[in-house]
Amino acid sequence: MELAPYLILGSIEGLVTAAVLALMAVGLSLVFGVMRVVNVAHGEFFMLGAVLAWFVADMIGGHPAVSFVAALFIAPVLVGSLAVVADATILKRIKYDPERTIVATIGLLYIIQQVTLMTYGSNARPVEPPFNQRISIPWFEWTESGLSMYWPWGLGTTTYKLAVIGFAVILLLAIWVLMTRTRIGLIMRATQLDRDVAQAYGINVDRVYALVFGLGAGLAALAAVLIVPIQQAHYLMGHDPLLLSFIVVIIGGLGSLAGTVVAAVLIGLSDGLISVFFTPTLAKIIATLIVTFVLIFRPSGLLGKHNP
Amino acid sequence: MKKTSKSLLTPRRQVIKGAAASLALGAVSMPLMGRYAQTQSAEPIKIGFQVHRTGIGAAYGRWYDRTTMAAVEKINNAGGINGRPVEIIAEDDGTDPKRGAEVVEKFATQHNADLAFGTLFSHVVYGSAPRAGELKIPYFVVSEGHHVASGALNRYTLQPGITDVKSQVQAMAPFVADNLGKKVTMVYPDFAFGHDHRDYFSAAIEAQGGQVIEKIAIPPTETSFTKYFPKIPRDTEVIYHVMVGPAVLTFVKEMGEFFGSSRPEIFGFIDSLEATDLSSPGLEFLEGTYFWEGNPRYAQANQSEYDKAYRAAVGVDANGASVSDSKDVSTYAHMFGCWETLHIVKAGMEASGYRGTGDRAKLIEAVESMSDMPHSHAHPQGAKRFNGKTHQVFGHQYITKVSNSKLDLVHTTSIEDTLYPDEVDYTKQSF
Repeated sequence: MELAPYLILGSIEGLVTAAVLALMAVGLSLVFGVMRVVNVAHGEFFMLGAVLAWFVADMIGGHPAVSFVAALFIAPVLVGSLAVVADATILKRIKYDPERTIVATIGLLYIIQQVTLMTYGSNARPVEPPFNQRISIPWFEWTESGLSMYWPWGLGTTTYKLAVIGFAVILLLAIWVLMTRTRIGLIMRATQLDRDVAQAYGINVDRVYALVFGLGAGLAALAAVLIVPIQQAHYLMGHDPLLLSFIVVIIGGLGSLAGTVVAAVLIGLSDGLISVFFTPTLAKIIATLIVTFVLIFRPSGLLGKHNP
Repeated sequence: MKKTSKSLLTPRRQVIKGAAASLALGAVSMPLMGRYAQTQSAEPIKIGFQVHRTGIGAAYGRWYDRTTMAAVEKINNAGGINGRPVEIIAEDDGTDPKRGAEVVEKFATQHNADLAFGTLFSHVVYGSAPRAGELKIPYFVVSEGHHVASGALNRYTLQPGITDVKSQVQAMAPFVADNLGKKVTMVYPDFAFGHDHRDYFSAAIEAQGGQVIEKIAIPPTETSFTKYFPKIPRDTEVIYHVMVGPAVLTFVKEMGEFFGSSRPEIFGFIDSLEATDLSSPGLEFLEGTYFWEGNPRYAQANQSEYDKAYRAAVGVDANGASVSDSKDVSTYAHMFGCWETLHIVKAGMEASGYRGTGDRAKLIEAVESMSDMPHSHAHPQGAKRFNGKTHQVFGHQYITKVSNSKLDLVHTTSIEDTLYPDEVDYTKQSF
């Protein structure tokens, strides 16, 4: 394949990765920003979203679009509720102590993973996409008769992949509006800035924490519902996205929504392009190198708040 | 101000801690509680079953387990081995080599098992076999890797119930070159099992006047594949694919989306779709492509009475799915190996008059002296020929074609097609 069509294919693949990664990492970043909790179980909330999407699609049946839309609502709400319960029963009891929350969420990770294995099983199961047409992408070249259009071999994508990118953009905008333009966003930001002062002003911090933890988990689940028609739901699928989310959050700057999105696009695109042109292993090496350099030269992340 | 900068620094360390913790989680195998089987009366023969209950091999493990239990039930109903019942002690190895070695050790020292058996994934075999050799416990693998016959392992490790990749691949090359095309692009997982495919198929297709024009290795944990497909050269006539793990369905689907309506011929190892329903959405494009199968998943027109009985005993329907859940598709092309291996253990123990762990060497010698095994209830996949020197069995291979989302048998190789010169003589090693 020639260079330019190659580039387009790599970019589309990269953007799909970036879209899902951005949603998931924003959830992780939100939880960390507001609650100062490093949620190691975030990947399992992602996995649960995918598995629940399969259950919902399997139970409802009918046209794939109907069951998929149902899954899109039901799975994140269920996962979010589970996270709220986990917040009230586990994280609150250990007073959000940084070290202990890491250990507690590792425990939560294993519990969710093993319960899924015991109930859902070890199979990777597919969810049918609501729509999925293959689109061949045309390309142009100079021939003797001037500019002509042709369809390069293998250059194509599917409508569903494009829809995932579009839907993720809309969701990210909605989160941005929620955080910056609404009262609940204001309360969250206030709690993030100073928990004690917020409490002194009458904000119910416990409720904000529960809400944020649920929202973060719900976002991970939503990302998973979007990806599950492309990949399959499997009980071990949470680990790699979790690692990538940490990379994205560290590069983007802690608690910075814009930084997280920028970093997700950077990591997603570089993963797509480098894997197409070189090898996927090199893409992973470069992502890790970026993290190293960001930590050395911009410890607070690309768009993190500067230290004076 | 100083205070702020400090509080901004601490959380970053926290995140890195979290990231490190999640990294470590990937490396550490899961410490599942061992199942301590209770000793029973009448001194049963204890077979340690190393099973991939969790990890990437879990779908195979589930069916290896069902096949093993069905075989043991059949053996016990017919009076056991030398009049003693057989007891299976199953331990999860997490499809992890390090854990695999621990499991073998547990069988030998804690359970005092007569032998260890059942491993599929080749990296787990590689991790476990040296420990089995040190502990002098017979280790019957059902892995189809070439590692046994290559001489890399030891006298205690045998593979009498399933053929190895080298012989399978070699027997496919004539069919591929004669019927599909001579310019082949290979897509395979980037570890020992995939490398076996790469090396042996490349050599075998060249012997047929063909050529592998591109080799695409994919990391075993990969979940998205479109980015690899542009590496497929334009003049490819045949794609040869073999993938394993939970992402296999994505792989095949994305391959279909990549090619659209203009695909080359496609020949795959069924490993790419074991435990996967062929009527899954996105697999329509496989119609008209070919698969190697160790044992045909769909009951064929010329189904033998042995296959019929074996299918019923394990609980598999004519479509290769569980009789109790038509969505639970079996790993039919591989799991017969457990059934046949246990019958060989029985035959070996009976021939050697096996009485206890002191007779382990006699058991191995008895199996080493085996040769031709007829198509029978003990060998429902077909006749076999065991090579005692290389500890490897040889047998028929099947090529099926997808039509109407089912696999129809189009070619059966002879045992001779699968033979190659010995690379080792384990019988020269001391016990």
